[in-house]
Amino acid sequence: MDPILTVRDLSVHYPGAPVCAVKSVSFTLGRERLGIVGESGSGKSTVGRALMRLLPDAKLSAQTLTFEGVDLLAASERQMLRLRGARMSMILQDPKYSLNPIRRCGEQVAEGVRTHTRCSKKQARDKALAMLKAVQIRNPERVYDLYPHEISGGMGQRIMIAMMLLTDPDMVIADEPTSALDVTVRLQVLSILDDLVRRRGIGLIMISHDLNLVRNFCDRVLIMYDGRVVESIAAGQLDQAQHPYTRGLLAAQPRIGGGRGPLPVLKRDPAWSQPMEIPV
Amino acid sequence: MAIELKRRLGGIAGQAGSIAVTLFGLLILTFAIGRIMPNDPARAMVGEDASPEVYRAVYEQLGLDRPMWEQFLLYLRDVLQFDFGTSIRSGQPVLHDILHVLPATIELATFAIIFGASFGITLGVMAAVNKDRWPDHLIRVISLMGHSMPIFWTGMIGLLVFYAGFGWVGGSGRMSQFYIGLVPERTNFLLIDSALAGEWEVFRSAINHIILPASLLGYSSSAYITRMTRSFMLDQLGQEYVTTARVKGLSKRQTIWRHAFGNIRVQLVTIVALAYGALLEGAVLIEAVFAWPGFGQYLTSNLLIGDMNAVMTCVLLVGVIFIGLNILSDVLYRIFDPRTK
Repeated sequence: MDPILTVRDLSVHYPGAPVCAVKSVSFTLGRERLGIVGESGSGKSTVGRALMRLLPDAKLSAQTLTFEGVDLLAASERQMLRLRGARMSMILQDPKYSLNPIRRCGEQVAEGVRTHTRCSKKQARDKALAMLKAVQIRNPERVYDLYPHEISGGMGQRIMIAMMLLTDPDMVIADEPTSALDVTVRLQVLSILDDLVRRRGIGLIMISHDLNLVRNFCDRVLIMYDGRVVESIAAGQLDQAQHPYTRGLLAAQPRIGGGRGPLPVLKRDPAWSQPMEIPV
Repeated sequence: MAIELKRRLGGIAGQAGSIAVTLFGLLILTFAIGRIMPNDPARAMVGEDASPEVYRAVYEQLGLDRPMWEQFLLYLRDVLQFDFGTSIRSGQPVLHDILHVLPATIELATFAIIFGASFGITLGVMAAVNKDRWPDHLIRVISLMGHSMPIFWTGMIGLLVFYAGFGWVGGSGRMSQFYIGLVPERTNFLLIDSALAGEWEVFRSAINHIILPASLLGYSSSAYITRMTRSFMLDQLGQEYVTTARVKGLSKRQTIWRHAFGNIRVQLVTIVALAYGALLEGAVLIEAVFAWPGFGQYLTSNLLIGDMNAVMTCVLLVGVIFIGLNILSDVLYRIFDPRTK
């Protein structure tokens, strides 16, 4: 399988920071669903944004960073503008903040099409309406004209998904797409995303701190700790994880039918922050 | 629908009520200025040499022998009939005088705010976008200079350089001496009057004369607008929806003007309206330097000679202008921000 994205030794450094936020991260992405899990500050979101070249102040370096044959490190901003929103896009965490409060939802969805293809307002609107329907919004015509403060979080996130998949990208980064949602709508939104991603053969990078979610939803999982990938494993084999950090995380999860005693706590080992060989 | 309408009407009624209360407070204030100031209106009217009988007659004619509350009610009645009394200095009704000087100031202030707002907002956005890089520092210096150079000084330097030196603009006054009295006074807005009369030469002369004082005034008020725009914009650029727009493939420029700018419009309207109000209140200094027969000079000179009818009316007018600008920015708020509907 030809990879959509190849990352070798990606490091991200913010000027003035004592250490790199991301340290030699390597992975490839095909038409699959790749999960990246890690705690807050582990660098998982930074990886996502670095791939879209949306970290204006940060310094990126990598041996290889290619997306469909384009060297992302060498690409000009003009080239990036053609990629972003057309061939790669990103679903952000909280629709309360990620939608512009003073623009109608539908217009925001349609804007992507209008940016990347030559089409009339009407065509863009029709496309956006069809996409709103695809994310199971029952009354797209009405929702099109609503403002973000007039919709629920679940609907907001479906609008976000519609907006980001509308241009048929090859790669979608979902940065904690369900963390801001109620547990009840979480599954619904996930299954919509899953369905669309599978049907369109999109390469998905799912960034999350929820091990269970990633295990059920992804094909492969990268575990990040302190800016490094400490383990890369097929989602189905997560139970056979080798790295002590991953094992610690798994052990710290409550289990139905498990004992009522206190759950084990991570005992952090400075060695986890050291470079190590990960089979890519 | 009915509920919606009722809610709207309720909102309007509430606002009208608060405006009425503010106006009433303002009237009490102007009345107090007229009565409490150590200044005897009857004496000012009759002069130092008048006989006690004459003084007494005027004193009673002005109603100064009546109790305070009665005087206030009389004042209220007069104001409601747009009777603001007679100016001691000019012998004309105060309203008549003000209608002469206010248009000159409105003209100047309007040009100044158009210049100041467009300059200030552009610079502010540029500074925010280039935060902590050289354009930001340069803009900070420019706006700090506008803020700290006294306007009478920049006015004189401006006249020296652009009028006396290059001869690019007209000198002091609203037009060249040559044209004074040529245009029939209809609105007292010189630009409108001259355009109505088809006197394009006068119109050009008026433009020539307004450009320098208006740009200097605008420059000085743009300093504040720049600073505020910068901080509003920085606030918005940190929001997630800006990232969303960038992810969609919009360029930086498109993101700023199509997405972020719309969200600072509301705040900008408020500060620009306030800056405009401050300009209308009178830029005494620049009016003095440019011999501009405006409201600021009128207010100051009457204050100095103690023409209280004129002063009270001016204060009232300034208050009304600010109330009006507040209403205007409220209305624009509702138009610009869908969340207020």
